[in-house]
Amino acid sequence: MTVRVVEGRFDPATELAAFARGRSDVGAVASFTGLVRDEHGGEPVLAMTLEHYPGMTERQLARIEAEARARWPLLDVLVIHRVGRMLPGEPIVLVATASAHRAAALEACAFLIDWLKTKAPFWKLEETPAGARWVEARASDDAAAARWER
Amino acid sequence: MRIRYFAWLKQRVGLAEEELDPPPEVTTVGRLKAWLGERHPRFAEACAAPGVVRAAVDQEFADDDRPLRGAREVAFFPPVTGG
Repeated sequence: MTVRVVEGRFDPATELAAFARGRSDVGAVASFTGLVRDEHGGEPVLAMTLEHYPGMTERQLARIEAEARARWPLLDVLVIHRVGRMLPGEPIVLVATASAHRAAALEACAFLIDWLKTKAPFWKLEETPAGARWVEARASDDAAAARWER
Repeated sequence: MRIRYFAWLKQRVGLAEEELDPPPEVTTVGRLKAWLGERHPRFAEACAAPGVVRAAVDQEFADDDRPLRGAREVAFFPPVTGG
């Protein structure tokens, strides 16, 4: 089990190569990588700054991971979320899941990113040519998270 | 009690955090919002729109009716936008 909030750049390929390495019981690894886009709502995005609530963020991520493990037979989980200022093309978040079979890995990966987006205290500030603006929460993210509610 | 503000609320209030001793009648998150609104008019403005100002008590998400008894840290922030 690994949940990490990191300030510097990270490389999803390196992280994934190390994830579940050396385990012969893992039959499926699924992953999601979120990247900074250079456009939002028709406006160029020059950079993005992620703010978080140190302590609460890690606690919420650990809780979401525990929920995923309770719902699916996962052999390993990795969540890395970057904070601070980053540029278009750079990774913001990586979620990876390992299981014996694909369904659990794929579903748990989707669950983890859906709940992370609505239940972990992070906030995005975009820099545009017109100035900085805070990203607004999207109803579609709430809907994506709600489909996993029981 | 330590009060913390995040994201654009921090900019509106002009503070990341403050140490305050609310009066005894401030017993819930909702009452604390109203009390803080008297000190920070722009916080009151933000709270006037429903669903815009979320809260956490001792790093747990909390609704307006959440009691403050024993709370050491209360945070206010807009809906989260990570991932």
